[in-house]
Amino acid sequence: MDGTQTLNDDPMHVIHQQIMWDRLISVVEEQAQTLIRIGFSTSTREAGDVSAGVFNVAGHMLAQAITGTPGHVNSMARAVVHFLDKFPAATMKPGDVFITNDPWKGTGHLHDFTVVTPVFRDQTMVALFASTCHVIDVGGRGMGPEAREVYEEGIYVPIMRFASAEGTNDTLLEMVRNNVRESVQVIGDIYSLVGCNDVGSRQLLAMMAEFGIDTLDLLGAHILERSRAATLEAVRKLPKGTFRHAMRIDGYDKPLDLVATMTISDDGIDVDFTGTSPPSSYGINVPFCYTEAYASFGVKCIVAPKIPNNEGSLAVLRMHAPENCILNAQHPRPVATRHVTGQMLPDLMIGCLNQALDNAVPAEGTSCLWNLFAFGGTSQIDADSTEMMKARAFNVMSFHSGGTGARPGKDGLSATAFPSGVRNVPVEVTEAMSPLLLLRKEYRTDSGGAGKFRGGLGQVIEVITLDDAAFAISANYDRVLYPPRGRNGGSDGMAGRLTLLSGAVLKSKGRQTIAKHETVLIEMPGGGGLGNPLDRDPAAVAEDVHLGMVSLAAAAKDYGVVLRADNSIDIEATTAARQSRR
Amino acid sequence: MTSARLAVDIGGTFTDFALQVGAKRFSRKVLTTPQAPEQGVLAGIEMILADAALKPIDLGLIIHGTTLATNAIIERKGAKTALLATAGHRDSIEMAYEHRFEQYDIFMDKPAPLVPRHLRLQVPERIDATGRIHRPLDEKALADLVPVLRNEGITSVAIGYLHSYANPVHEIRTRDILKQLAPDIAVTMSSEVCPEMREYERWSTACANAYVQPVMDRYLKLLEDTLTERGFTCPIFLITSAGGLTTVAIARRFPIRLVESGPAGGAILANHIALERSHDHIVSFDMGGTTAKICLIDDGQPHFSRSFEVARQYRFLKGSGIPIRIPVIEMVEIGAGGGSIASVDNLLRIQVGPASAGSEPGPACYGRGGLNGTVTDANVMLGRIQVDRFAGGKMQLDPKASASALAGTVGDRLKLDATTAALGVTEVVEENMANAARVHAVERGRELSNRIMIAFGGAAPIHATRLAEKLNISTVIVPAGAGVGSAFGFLLAPIAYEVVRTRYVHLNDSFDIAGLNALRAEMRAEATAVVRLGAPTEPLTEGWTANMRYRGQGHEITVTLPDGDFDTDSVATLEKIFITDYEQQFGRRIPNLDVEVLSWSLRLATVGAPITLCPPAPADHAAEPADHVEVIDPPTGKFERIALYNRSSLAPGSTIAGPALIVEDETTTLVTKSFTARIDGFGAVVMTRT
Repeated sequence: MDGTQTLNDDPMHVIHQQIMWDRLISVVEEQAQTLIRIGFSTSTREAGDVSAGVFNVAGHMLAQAITGTPGHVNSMARAVVHFLDKFPAATMKPGDVFITNDPWKGTGHLHDFTVVTPVFRDQTMVALFASTCHVIDVGGRGMGPEAREVYEEGIYVPIMRFASAEGTNDTLLEMVRNNVRESVQVIGDIYSLVGCNDVGSRQLLAMMAEFGIDTLDLLGAHILERSRAATLEAVRKLPKGTFRHAMRIDGYDKPLDLVATMTISDDGIDVDFTGTSPPSSYGINVPFCYTEAYASFGVKCIVAPKIPNNEGSLAVLRMHAPENCILNAQHPRPVATRHVTGQMLPDLMIGCLNQALDNAVPAEGTSCLWNLFAFGGTSQIDADSTEMMKARAFNVMSFHSGGTGARPGKDGLSATAFPSGVRNVPVEVTEAMSPLLLLRKEYRTDSGGAGKFRGGLGQVIEVITLDDAAFAISANYDRVLYPPRGRNGGSDGMAGRLTLLSGAVLKSKGRQTIAKHETVLIEMPGGGGLGNPLDRDPAAVAEDVHLGMVSLAAAAKDYGVVLRADNSIDIEATTAARQSRR
Repeated sequence: MTSARLAVDIGGTFTDFALQVGAKRFSRKVLTTPQAPEQGVLAGIEMILADAALKPIDLGLIIHGTTLATNAIIERKGAKTALLATAGHRDSIEMAYEHRFEQYDIFMDKPAPLVPRHLRLQVPERIDATGRIHRPLDEKALADLVPVLRNEGITSVAIGYLHSYANPVHEIRTRDILKQLAPDIAVTMSSEVCPEMREYERWSTACANAYVQPVMDRYLKLLEDTLTERGFTCPIFLITSAGGLTTVAIARRFPIRLVESGPAGGAILANHIALERSHDHIVSFDMGGTTAKICLIDDGQPHFSRSFEVARQYRFLKGSGIPIRIPVIEMVEIGAGGGSIASVDNLLRIQVGPASAGSEPGPACYGRGGLNGTVTDANVMLGRIQVDRFAGGKMQLDPKASASALAGTVGDRLKLDATTAALGVTEVVEENMANAARVHAVERGRELSNRIMIAFGGAAPIHATRLAEKLNISTVIVPAGAGVGSAFGFLLAPIAYEVVRTRYVHLNDSFDIAGLNALRAEMRAEATAVVRLGAPTEPLTEGWTANMRYRGQGHEITVTLPDGDFDTDSVATLEKIFITDYEQQFGRRIPNLDVEVLSWSLRLATVGAPITLCPPAPADHAAEPADHVEVIDPPTGKFERIALYNRSSLAPGSTIAGPALIVEDETTTLVTKSFTARIDGFGAVVMTRT
């Protein structure tokens, strides 16, 4: 097409820039969809725990796929710069593919591999594609918080070449293959990352040929500037000021305080995490890249949800964390389950914004995922070795969620991930890949925090094994000691619990052996409520009781709504009950 | 029995009729009568029979497609339905994927399930992943649920038990008990309607089938009775979402297979047009008032898939609808049509659709009170739609209304004049369609360039050449009289039935030749029984496919299997087919990995309508323009004077150099500068990039 590189005063220029921008977003979406289609681990293929994006030659992200999860996306956004530091653009050649799982330069733990592929047009580098996915295993102690240093958490691949025009780095592949438990899936996923970048590169080159452009310089500058301006404009609509908020969460061996001071000004939003607890001795520490990712995601959800994610829009949201803090843990701190802490950050950000926006924000939710990580096999379990001789080896990672916080004007979402963007794994798939049987997986009645708007319900999962041997779970759960808080008069959501049906309370974090006839009971938190429960429409309470989301007893106790046997509202009794409680 | 065959396509606004009598074709459009759809159908049939001077007895076949099932789901007007689910798992259909399909929108809501929680009843039973019974079906507890069904006034029940695709015994027993205790309640088994792994999708499909079944059952029975009363003796067939014909009996059992039959008709038509011209690889492009549908067709056969979402509430976002797993013709549908509304977002980018002005009030230029600028308004501004020639001149358009609407919704905010704003709108909608086509192709691992585009539907011919340029396609065909394309497509559909079975096979260690051949025989018998109801003696073709993947991968690719029973060479053959297809789709193979098969499917069909090859047109001769009009030139953004032709006066062999407009009653074809048009032997406009 002619005319795309005409002068800026051409009115059609505006339209052509937009068309190319739309195309770029489409290209990275194609990249992400390819990754999901050819990925191996359940997290990639079922859950969509991936990210994909295109970067300019300076390493600035121009576009990212809508498909993906925020922890990956916003951290991968910063990753490419580290690749370019080690392998300057001038040294990159056609056929090169680079890789790392460095938690500090990638996306926060060893389980995430990031692959970067430079794209060349007529021997000149024009862009880089990056993609990330969570692999099933990286060796070490397996996915769990027990490690005391990152060295114990598995194989560590520094930024290096995965392939060049001469072929793949077989030494690296051999090293990985011999250091991880499910090598077929892991190697398969790495190939999937390489493959999806290839698809992105092909589509980008086709686009550049069609529009007749030799570089992404002009287009990139337009995207970054337009996104930055739109984000700034959104920020400037907020009341200016400094807002401090703190949140206490369970931690591993002791509670943690997450503290943020947010300053909203005309040139953006600055967040300082000073006051936050120091790093933990266990793997719940968060590399700063992951802190930035989830904190900026939380701000963006409230302030500028519709503006595409790229270096321009992210640059307006600036995070700072002191080095002695769990949100900026330094090498070699253990970081395997950094998500359990990091996923709390949107709630922390929303808590700050609540003060600026006068309660027009959601209440706290479960926030961290309540995944079922379980494994079996001869050597992994603390059980009698003759029993384990016949144990079936397996490794499942299935994503699940509690309730989200109530929203202004709306109830929270039940059993739905926030802030994570992952999808669950079907029960039938989990059971086909393991000897596990999920006896129950259903809403947890009364777990949603009461309020004018109710928190979303958590869910209950009961798990047994059909194998004649013990198995193990790796728990990575929070909101057990400190439940999601309600807001503006709303009640807290119900705290989570991890127990055996036979009665024992399990640790909410860490690997534990489950004897072969025991049933694990995972009860996930509900979201916090918003507003006074006595202001909730009695008809909405009656409907919740009808559906079994709220019990009859809780309707009376928490909401002051009295229902008759046929579920109709006893208006007089309700009015009296509510008045007496005000 | 005569050769007269009638197709009836009930759409949301119009019901289309297409009648073929020998070589003659008739068509009609009447308004749909949503309250009693059979009335519109009967009225239209009477009119079109009168047009052709035929009596009811003269019809040899009626082919019927309808959006009634889809509308019942979208409008939530289905039967009061209960789900009997494995105890402890009833919330699966509401939890869905436990995720937010719109990540940044904290206010998003998930689609409400068709069966609310209090009607999702728990049945004590459990089968494990290998198909073994872990907990026997508690028949007493099941019987105790019958009074609950009665009290709630349930007329239809879906049964969804875990792993029933591996062992349906509990679902079957449950159905039998219900049939005994409550014979009037309709029953859908998830293992029958969708025998595939993944409980959310399977149960959603079962619930949707149960939800529409009484509605469709009543309608189909009424239609049959009424037609019989009026003296129609011919058989009635229904068209499925997979583009095959099926009997009323099967349609009443699996009405969910009837959703989205209209677009399937369009794909069949496009395929037929391509075959008449000996083209193997095509992209069909159907653009109407609200949506555009793009479908890739290879080797004379549309591709089939098994996943689909109905009633997407959130624009066209994946995950915002109810997943249905049935055989469908694979296509992508996006909110881009003539009525799609243009706006500007807070990044100052033009957005088009998915909201549509529909037919009421319609685009601003209709002068019926529409205030939003639409794609049609943009085409008016650009001179591509000639205001005094729209709909054969029966409807005068108001270009001033277009200009002021586009200024209001786009131009003022972007400081663009009305023409540039209009050009922006058409460029964006074309880019949206091109992007949807590209993502669709990459998801399926197919190439877009080197295909022939077949464009039909009211809005497609105006955007087809520009879309073709974006997709690097060099030939575009606009068939004659494509206004009722889907209905004409129905007339070309084969009688067909698809059967799928989940059975895991690892090529290297569990390829049981005898067992698989037995499975195939069983599938063949099931499909044959259904197809023979409508085609007692006709020759049939078998299309076998398998969903295969590298062991441990999450998603499968569908590969075509060779005909004939498996033998000792089959493992090697299957592996080779898979690796070849995989490499073609994803660019590289993965060394040292086993290959596995998840499911097997068979499409059994009659041989499609015979193809008459398009005769060569007489020698080329330049057509005479009817007029010259001012139309925008996109690269420069300036108006230029171009030739206008009336399609009705273009004979085969006529050639037209772009830029030009070809106008007919239902649509306008834009021949851009880079194309030359020629009328072929069947009267289609064939545009070739020069």
